[in-house]
Amino acid sequence: MPQGRTLKIRVLAFARLRELLGFSSRELDVDDGATVADVWARLAREVAGLDGLRASTRFARNGALAAATVAVRDGDEIALLPPVGGG
Amino acid sequence: MIGLSDAGLDVAALVEAVRSDAHGAVVTFLGTTRATSPGDPRPVVALEYEAYDAMAISEMETIARETRERFGPLEIAMLHRTGRVALGEPSVAIVVAAPHRGPAFEACRYAIDAVKARVAVWKREVYRDGDTAWVANTPS
Repeated sequence: MPQGRTLKIRVLAFARLRELLGFSSRELDVDDGATVADVWARLAREVAGLDGLRASTRFARNGALAAATVAVRDGDEIALLPPVGGG
Repeated sequence: MIGLSDAGLDVAALVEAVRSDAHGAVVTFLGTTRATSPGDPRPVVALEYEAYDAMAISEMETIARETRERFGPLEIAMLHRTGRVALGEPSVAIVVAAPHRGPAFEACRYAIDAVKARVAVWKREVYRDGDTAWVANTPS
């Protein structure tokens, strides 16, 4: 494996996901080439029960909805969004 | 006037922000905190809202633009609460001013449905016994 660059990103978590993860905002180092799904998988390894919420979670990259397959870039803000409940 | 507020919603100020002599109709929708939950038999004493502020405001602005394009000419204001909202208080206010009542009602309905479905806001119910539960909107 070539030694890849490390990317520094910020992960935001809301509502149920914030409570489960224990943070609303956290810096994370990930490997160059990592996708949003890789960020999720990394957190799911740390926190039991997180993967059960994968199907209902949507992601945003820098404030816009993003597919899990999207690659993250250095400095990105990746948000984990449970089903909304406004109104 | 579009945004989030951590204090009580001033509906009169929203009406004043949208109305003009060009308008013959002003429709106001207030979503208010209800004592009963569809999913839990316990009495609800408050709702607590949190938002992804930047994304929520940007989506509300998109919804306002869509509403104007579909039903305009009109003016629209929308505010959503964050933080704790006591029973009976409004958590969301949408005010539409238009030349006639038909488009004003339709626009207001469209906007609130879109807000509930799309805006990055979450709520949890606070029950009388002190317990809480996150509640998601059902797709309309």
